[in-house]
Amino acid sequence: MAKHSKDLIGGLKKLLREKDQDDSQSDPVERIIKGFLRFKTYKFDKNPEYFQQLAKAQHPKFLVFACSDSRVCPSHVLDFQPGEAFMVRNIANLVPAFNQSRYSDVGATIEYAVSHLEVQNILVIGHSRCGGIDRLMTYPEDGSAPFDFVDDWMRIALPAKAKVKAKYGHLPIEEQKAICERECVNLSLVNLLSYPYVRKGVAKKTIALRGGYYNFVTGSFEVWQFNAEITPPIVI
Amino acid sequence: MAILAPTSLSKHPLSSSSTLSQLTTPTIFGSKLKLRETEQTRFSLSTSFKSNPGFRLMASKEPVGMTTKLGSDKIETEVGVENGCGLFDEMKHRFLSFKKQKFMENLEHYQNLSNGQAPKFMVIACADSRVCPSNILGFQPGEAFIVRNVANMVPPCESGPSETNAALEFAVNSLQVENILVIGHSRCGGIRALMSMEAEADSSFIQNWVVVGKNARLNTKSAAHNLSFEHQCRHCEKESVNCSLLNLLTYPWIEEKVKKGTLSLHGGYYDFIDCTLEKWTLDYERSNLKESDKFAVRNQSFWC
Repeated sequence: MAKHSKDLIGGLKKLLREKDQDDSQSDPVERIIKGFLRFKTYKFDKNPEYFQQLAKAQHPKFLVFACSDSRVCPSHVLDFQPGEAFMVRNIANLVPAFNQSRYSDVGATIEYAVSHLEVQNILVIGHSRCGGIDRLMTYPEDGSAPFDFVDDWMRIALPAKAKVKAKYGHLPIEEQKAICERECVNLSLVNLLSYPYVRKGVAKKTIALRGGYYNFVTGSFEVWQFNAEITPPIVI
Repeated sequence: MAILAPTSLSKHPLSSSSTLSQLTTPTIFGSKLKLRETEQTRFSLSTSFKSNPGFRLMASKEPVGMTTKLGSDKIETEVGVENGCGLFDEMKHRFLSFKKQKFMENLEHYQNLSNGQAPKFMVIACADSRVCPSNILGFQPGEAFIVRNVANMVPPCESGPSETNAALEFAVNSLQVENILVIGHSRCGGIRALMSMEAEADSSFIQNWVVVGKNARLNTKSAAHNLSFEHQCRHCEKESVNCSLLNLLTYPWIEEKVKKGTLSLHGGYYDFIDCTLEKWTLDYERSNLKESDKFAVRNQSFWC
């Protein structure tokens, strides 16, 4: 009888191991369901009060801009939990300058996060080996066919490309791309100031602007602050 | 000790070049930290992370009054403090935890990922802080190309290039994802704005954007006009997902793949009030989209 139970337990363990391994090959919709049930079991049901409060209203302290790249979700890299960060994800984590007719999508997120949710921190995170930046730096010089929508979107970052080409054009293209990935973060931070409510918040020091860079090749993370400050005058 | 002006992207107009170089030397604690960290993390892949005593010392210094991150089965209730130095510390702590518990534990997997991504999913979700697909659906690094905007909307092809359709083009034509999931959620501020919009109201960014979902609002007003505003919003949250799925089909390169069967379109709805998930898949073959704007679904399910 004992041997029979042992066999049963052994068999069950083997089955569970196989199911875990199969996760990545399972039907995609099954994958979503499993992921959701894990979240519900291990997070939601274990913290009912927290999630009840959150269901009533969100008060995130962060507005985060990150790339849509599957490898760089800030919820993993910086462990953002539900309720902490209002998050925008787009190609190359770009923030275009204020333009109500052309870029109402990004504008809507900034308006909502700053004016309605009153976030205190805006963080723009770039990353290594960004496909959008790769496209920006190599097209149209490589002579490839245009991407209607991607190329139009990447035009936002043309000032960063121009700067990198002018100052670092002598470096190998891979190094230029790495520099451009950070330059685009800085360009986005500057573009944020073209939104009146962001400008007001930065002037009143109720909003801090920060840039970040996640390098998944070396496993490092950089973060810096964008300060717009007036120094004391020099009296002549 | 004089505190120099903080590192800034702008240059002081009256400074000489020598003063300028002083100004640009990082002096704030946060920036200094960044430099040291970059140097040391470059080495940390070849040597063991644990053997770096400098890091250990920094990581153990938690500012007073900061809520520490609880175990993986609890949620941190507060992040960020008023001074920048505390915030940098917190970010550093979180990144290092991710690096230690995930990155270094699965080094080979992350090294493969760094050479190229091949996600099977593209997810369009709301920017709402409560509905990150990595949290609620458990997507791991490499699994899902994610776009997040206000009210998880997909504009139609004729509206011209935008943030969302640039990402669609990249995901479908370059990464060749096999599934697109549009996931809506309860108590969506964007949908509420859509439902509250007056025709002659002054324009704001939010209104200029959520008007993409006007068909969803029209359908809701006709189907659910007798319900309360709250219930109408809830109805619209789901209608908007369906409208976005239809808008996906206005892109010829998407419709072609859906017809061929190499791309599937899914809708989802996450209700964070009682933690339930609904999902459905657009059944292109059984839909007659030339005749009407209604489509057939399959594999509809509800999880609670």
